[in-house]
Amino acid sequence: MSRRVIHPWPVRLTHWLNVIAMVVMIGSGWQIYNASPLFNFRFPFTIGQWLGAAIAWHLAAMWLLVCNGLIYLIWSLVSGHYRKLLPVRPREVWVDLRAALRFDLKHETGLYNAVQKLLYVGVLLAGIVAVLSGLSIWKPVQLWFLCDLFGGYVAARYVHFFAMTGICVFVLVHVLLVALVPKVLPPMITGGRLP
Amino acid sequence: MINRRSMLLRAMALGAAAPLGGCNYDDPAHPDLADKFLHAMSAWNDRVQAALFDPHTLAPTFRPDQITRPPRFNAFYSINQVTVVDESRYKLELGGQIQNKSPWSLRQLRALPQESQITRFVCVEGWRVIGQWSGVKLSNFLRRVGADTTCKYVSFKCADGYYTSIDMPSALHPQTILALDFLGHPLTPPFGAPVRLRIPTKLGFKNPKSIVQLAVTNIYPGGYWEDQGYNWFSGS
Repeated sequence: MSRRVIHPWPVRLTHWLNVIAMVVMIGSGWQIYNASPLFNFRFPFTIGQWLGAAIAWHLAAMWLLVCNGLIYLIWSLVSGHYRKLLPVRPREVWVDLRAALRFDLKHETGLYNAVQKLLYVGVLLAGIVAVLSGLSIWKPVQLWFLCDLFGGYVAARYVHFFAMTGICVFVLVHVLLVALVPKVLPPMITGGRLP
Repeated sequence: MINRRSMLLRAMALGAAAPLGGCNYDDPAHPDLADKFLHAMSAWNDRVQAALFDPHTLAPTFRPDQITRPPRFNAFYSINQVTVVDESRYKLELGGQIQNKSPWSLRQLRALPQESQITRFVCVEGWRVIGQWSGVKLSNFLRRVGADTTCKYVSFKCADGYYTSIDMPSALHPQTILALDFLGHPLTPPFGAPVRLRIPTKLGFKNPKSIVQLAVTNIYPGGYWEDQGYNWFSGS
């Protein structure tokens, strides 16, 4: 049964829960950034209309993000789902990327091409970096070893910012690709059926 | 079919975002559903932080050349509105579960053993400065006045109307001091003269300035920012 489904239900469930978690985390994170910007700009759209509300949303949604992420990672390891994403081979990425840029890359239902693998593994790593750098900003004293790993409190803020940026770039590319090939969206809701 | 589905998704996304966008956390007396959810999560985060707090983990210390100069002023008002306390008549009042509630003058506080630290002050806004503070270890002071250290909270009231409170384990942390000096000189009014709390294991707003009353209690005292929505424990 599950072999005939394009996206097994744990993938779909964690995917959409993650959408909620990411929207809240990034939206509230932008408001927190605005309180003390690292660069010469502020975000125009945020969740939480002042710093206190934004932090409250951020530190509430972090539990959804982390629990959901852990469920996905553990399920991937136990079920063998991770084999669809790993390994990512640079040569295959190069070949598939060139084909994609020529609009010559076939979408094979149920299989990830090397560019997709790179993007998905990349955003998972960015998510892990975002969580770990976020924990070191939240608890630079108690989790000093994490904070040191990122080069201290100030550096961890920059790492956290760039992890968010990486995730946002992924989201842009991901949503753009879904818009270009809209038939891939329904299976992420219904599960779909392999041909 | 696909269009309808993507419309549905868009509606779901809007539905998820709408209550968040409306949440202001701006009327603590009349919390809406989102506020109640955030309060519950914040209380849960208080418990997690209390469990994570290790009384033996010290905040990092820094070299004198790493001190931020000039120091950064921060308060809920601008620097020309700072309250100036008359230090000759100053007395630190004690309240709550404390045996000897005689008020303390500055001279008495300065006669106690002094601790010095160069530590990082992290603001809830994200910036950090490094400064040098010295003063009386709060744990020594609490024991000297016969405070019941089995109580949950130590609360502070300030000359400028600010108030806040901390958990007892953090109050007894060796780096938590009633600071009298900043950068080698007595505290100046913008930086909390004559007595401020310096607690490097918590965020900046948990470091009240110009303290006029200290109390030990089991009744949750809240705080100026905490009552508006900042997380109460706010440990580092």
